[in-house]
Amino acid sequence: MSTTVTLAAPRAGETAAVARPLRRRKREWQGWFFTWPFAVVFVFAFMAPLLYALWLSLFQNRLVGGNSFVGLGNYEAAFRDPAFWDGFGRVFGFLLVQVPLMLLLALVAALAIDSARLYATGLFRVVIFLPYAVPAVVAVLMWGFLYSDNFGLTAGINDWLGSDVLRPFAPSWVTVSIGNIVTWEYVGYNMVIFYSALRTIPAELYEAAELDGASSSQVIKAIKLPAARGAIVIATIFSIIGSFQLFNEPNVLKPLANNVISSHFTPNMYAYNLSFAGQQYNYSATVAIIMGVITAAIAYVVQIRGTRKEDR
Amino acid sequence: MTRSTSTTRKAASALTAAALTAITLAGCGSGDDPGSGAPAGSAADLDAALAEGGELTYWTWTPSGQAQADAFMEEYPNVTVTVVNAGTATEEYTKLQNAIKAGSGAPDVAQIEYYALQQFVLSESLLDVSGYGFGDLEEEYTASTWSAVTSGDAIWGLPQDSGPMVLLYNKEIFDQFGLEVPATWDDYVAAAEKLHAADPSKYITNDAGDPGFAQPLIWQAGGRPYQTDGTAVTVDLQDEGTKRWADTWNRMLEPGLLADVPTWSDDWWKALSDGTVATIVTGAWMPGILEGSVPDGAGKWRVAPLPSYDGSATTAENGGSAQAVIKQTENPELAAAFLRWLNSSEESVDVFLDNGGFPSTTAHLSSPEFLEETPEYFGGQKINEVLVDASENVATGWQYLPFQVYANSVFPDTVGTAYTGKSDLNAGLQAWQEQIVSYGSSQGFSVNK
Repeated sequence: MSTTVTLAAPRAGETAAVARPLRRRKREWQGWFFTWPFAVVFVFAFMAPLLYALWLSLFQNRLVGGNSFVGLGNYEAAFRDPAFWDGFGRVFGFLLVQVPLMLLLALVAALAIDSARLYATGLFRVVIFLPYAVPAVVAVLMWGFLYSDNFGLTAGINDWLGSDVLRPFAPSWVTVSIGNIVTWEYVGYNMVIFYSALRTIPAELYEAAELDGASSSQVIKAIKLPAARGAIVIATIFSIIGSFQLFNEPNVLKPLANNVISSHFTPNMYAYNLSFAGQQYNYSATVAIIMGVITAAIAYVVQIRGTRKEDR
Repeated sequence: MTRSTSTTRKAASALTAAALTAITLAGCGSGDDPGSGAPAGSAADLDAALAEGGELTYWTWTPSGQAQADAFMEEYPNVTVTVVNAGTATEEYTKLQNAIKAGSGAPDVAQIEYYALQQFVLSESLLDVSGYGFGDLEEEYTASTWSAVTSGDAIWGLPQDSGPMVLLYNKEIFDQFGLEVPATWDDYVAAAEKLHAADPSKYITNDAGDPGFAQPLIWQAGGRPYQTDGTAVTVDLQDEGTKRWADTWNRMLEPGLLADVPTWSDDWWKALSDGTVATIVTGAWMPGILEGSVPDGAGKWRVAPLPSYDGSATTAENGGSAQAVIKQTENPELAAAFLRWLNSSEESVDVFLDNGGFPSTTAHLSSPEFLEETPEYFGGQKINEVLVDASENVATGWQYLPFQVYANSVFPDTVGTAYTGKSDLNAGLQAWQEQIVSYGSSQGFSVNK
């Protein structure tokens, strides 16, 4: 903006017109010079891997016959690949159910702690946040033992009930079981985001609400939720990205929930198995790129919609 | 989920990609492919290399790996061998494949299971050591292990151990429930029914679906589902023998007579220890592991020949590894010399045996000292007699796929669903075959054509 303003002024004089391009060229060069520490890191850490993956996805390296250029052949194959869409459908369904549930729980927890009606809020905050501090692999292994219907907690409960009612590793339940782990892991994290947004609300607003005779549910609806809206949008986007990238939890449970978690349970697991067991690095890169594009598109839509609401 | 995972993942993928970039760069630099033919040389060249010395890296997960290397360095002080445990089985193959693809960073000598060996041969990753006079070593090994490391005149490694299949059974449970040691699979199924009926918490064995277990049993049943001739591959997971195994196994799987506990899981060890699982159908390397891992089982377990379909002694190989020289090595003669010492010298094999390994060398298998051993754990039974007998009755003619590692990775997706649903294994096998055919074709093989 400011550039147009400064440039607009000397446009009247001839001499200024001659001087202008020189000055501008110089300024541009200096600008680039100052960006190089960023540019080097950006190009090597972000652009190069992406471009390399893109490059890889255009080839096919066969065990017999070697490397050949296939153009968009890998993409065409991926769009017709039931294994890929099976994994995609699963994470999509997972995201539709688990993300709202987790964010709702986190929001309730944040509102409860913020309500100043609880004793020992510090303790609750830490305890709810604690699962997030446990490394994901350790957490999943721990849950794996709880879920085990041979010797774990589940087996104990089933024994006590005298039936096989709990079967966390049954094909129809395993996604729910994973959702439970993921929710347990990340409720606290999202709660902290929401809670910090709620803490930024100036006390005057509450005072004003009190003077107007607002009930606590009105305070939540009219003050707290609008204030937390930005945080909710951000948390939603992170959670969507996280759902599409689901990998740790199913991958660690795979050996425990034998045969139930397939090698294409999630798109990330599919890409992993393609490259590490199948040596199909090219196809794996294709799957990764398609997932990246889909994730970016959905995250973008959520962001647009989320911010639009905020403007309203 | 959420932020931290996504950032870590981003960082991880950036690192992976950066590594991949480095890999391609390195790949461009190394154009010195040694060619596919066996290097010319002789046994004398190996002795010269040993005297001259040098440095070697050896990847293995064998418990005695370091002790064997130490013994080697004591004998040949000019040679330094660095032993690296790069993970077990598939984990190691992944690293090995990546290092080979990268063009550097692979070890000179690596442990590779028999089933995965062909895959490395195919990708021209291994050195054919037949040029160094290794052909003379043939008579030192059992026929089945030797055939696993050779194809035609080429020799792709030397056998370390073997795993002829046997039946380990918990005698205490067998006595308690009046079970006879089964000679045939029909007897075995009957015992499974009897045991589970008498005590529903007990199972004859566990099987939650494992390709490394199913395939040797198909082998024993006479199935030969894979045939490879160059790049032409034939897959028939419904041949007579394969069906024979599947039909027999269905009789235990469908009524729920098999414990749904994955082998090697914590649950499994508990099940072995508390008698939930009464037998283990396994390779000859298992007794040593059982003794070390299930101390509660002392005195209870015994070893018997594997049940068969017709009462004969026919068995198959379950697992077992070879060591191979990786083509990337800068010192092929020294690497081959180490390999020769590792798997054929008395000193090395002795160290291996002291650590509970089961050998592939006929001299050790037939040595009276070995046969006469009476381990306390197995109630003083001369278990090696049973194991060695099994090693002499391994059925011939079995081949693995040239892309078995991948095929095994999709076994749970296909045959595994039959296990989960306690339904017909044949349907699972057919689904598996489809996956195998599709992968093989996409990799340029001519499959079932």
